[in-house]
Amino acid sequence: MTSSALQDLWLTYQSTVAFIGLNGLLALSVYTTLSCGQLSLAQAAFMAIGAYASAILTFHSGLPFVVNLAVATLLPALVSVPLGLPVLRLKGVFLAIATIGFGEVVRIFFVNLDYTNGALGLTAVPQRTSIWMIYAALGAALFVLWRIRGSRAGYALEAIREDEPAARTMGIDAARYKLAMLALGAAFAGLAGALEAHYTYMVSPSTYSFTRVVDMLVYAVVGGTSVFYGPVVGAAFLTALPEVLREISARVGLAPGPLRLFVNGAVLLVVILFLPEGISSLPRRIRDRLRARREAHAA
Amino acid sequence: MLLSLQGVRRTFGGLAAVDGVSLEVGTGEVHGLIGPNGAGKTTLLNLVSGLIPPTSGAIVLDGERIDGLASHVIAARGITRTYQNIRLFPALTAADNVLVGAHLKRHAPLWRRMAFLPSAATEERAAREAAVALLERVGMSERAHERASNLSYGEQRRVEIARALASSPRVMLLDEPTAGMNPGEVTAIADLIRGVARAGHSVLLVEHNVKLVMAVCDRITVLDFGKVIADGTPAEVGRDPAVIAAYLGGEAAA
Repeated sequence: MTSSALQDLWLTYQSTVAFIGLNGLLALSVYTTLSCGQLSLAQAAFMAIGAYASAILTFHSGLPFVVNLAVATLLPALVSVPLGLPVLRLKGVFLAIATIGFGEVVRIFFVNLDYTNGALGLTAVPQRTSIWMIYAALGAALFVLWRIRGSRAGYALEAIREDEPAARTMGIDAARYKLAMLALGAAFAGLAGALEAHYTYMVSPSTYSFTRVVDMLVYAVVGGTSVFYGPVVGAAFLTALPEVLREISARVGLAPGPLRLFVNGAVLLVVILFLPEGISSLPRRIRDRLRARREAHAA
Repeated sequence: MLLSLQGVRRTFGGLAAVDGVSLEVGTGEVHGLIGPNGAGKTTLLNLVSGLIPPTSGAIVLDGERIDGLASHVIAARGITRTYQNIRLFPALTAADNVLVGAHLKRHAPLWRRMAFLPSAATEERAAREAAVALLERVGMSERAHERASNLSYGEQRRVEIARALASSPRVMLLDEPTAGMNPGEVTAIADLIRGVARAGHSVLLVEHNVKLVMAVCDRITVLDFGKVIADGTPAEVGRDPAVIAAYLGGEAAA
């Protein structure tokens, strides 16, 4: 392959590569709260807060981009604390509903905010995000989650997910851990929002609707939430899939849009039915299967 | 007295599950709590460990009231427990369950682990060794790396005792620790409870196995319909006519 062909390939697929990283970070933000058994669907709102905050700073201050990103990371985490204090007392579906409510409140707030052009949002946001920044952010998030695993805090989170009242009688302050993970997930979402806004040139309320959260959740479920990198695998798979499908649909003469939705739905169904721990568990399952077969032969 | 309950009462709707119970547990003492099914024994443990707050009355640990505090605060004050229906963390190994039990004893700031400081690795190794040593003490060290959900009933109960011991509690609440165990396992648990008490931990023991209770307890409180009907040494309680009528009556008549 010549270098110009490689360059063409990169130009064609660089935005896919960028979105794999962004969606991976968003999937991790859902996973972070899930890791202690909490389903928060407010992640798109945290993303919006990060995106708007960083875009406003870019337009109205001369601050370096890295400072904008830091603000976009910390602000949603701060906002998540007063949200989490009452809301994390709820469990399961009630927590999900309350966080959807918060997400809608934030979206409608931005729809009605004249300062940021309401429903139209901010356009012509300068492009500041490079692909390496997205992957540095994703790497940092993975690093944090990797180090939490197996730590004292990591065991506390697993205990809370398995049996919260029992964990509390071991002296684990479950409310504090749940709040910390909500804030960490909000920080990931805010950072992803800011990076995306400065990659796609725009910030608009419709980007942060409920369907965006569903996408993040599907990435996490398809990838698997039993390991910390599972959601990234799911995001990579489902973000790259439309590109593959577009090639196929062009060749067989089908419209790419409907095919994509159909295949996404089918993938989700197949994973839930046959791979409940997600596609990231596939190598381990194959290994177990092979070992079982070997042992059966040996016996 | 280390732990003292004063007129503790808990009602559910109109029913008083625990109705004005007072009892005292000294340091290093094994205190038995017996009574027929539905007498309020497990409810009493739930009150002491803070899973539910009492309706009225006082629970005092070492001179400080703990009733109404959150359960993780009560654990931090030095009270841990096991459960009648076993509540291990099923997806974790036996050793990891004990490691969770040691949460209060561990001082391991996360940033040290993030920075790969050797002190973090040392602390983790020491905590894991301590967890395996506790499993050894309950005779479970060979099964340390088995998932809790793969362990037998009796094994799970022993792991749960190790988990409750992991924070070096001042008072350990045991809710029917020998339920479902064979006679050999029961003897081992009796030795374990006595050893725990000798090491300075107090034990509040709910148990149906009367022989075990008589053998290991320093004092026994007998509950019936949420009320204390007798209190004293095993010998005193064993010849109390009210106890024989309420609890041992069935056997005595037969």
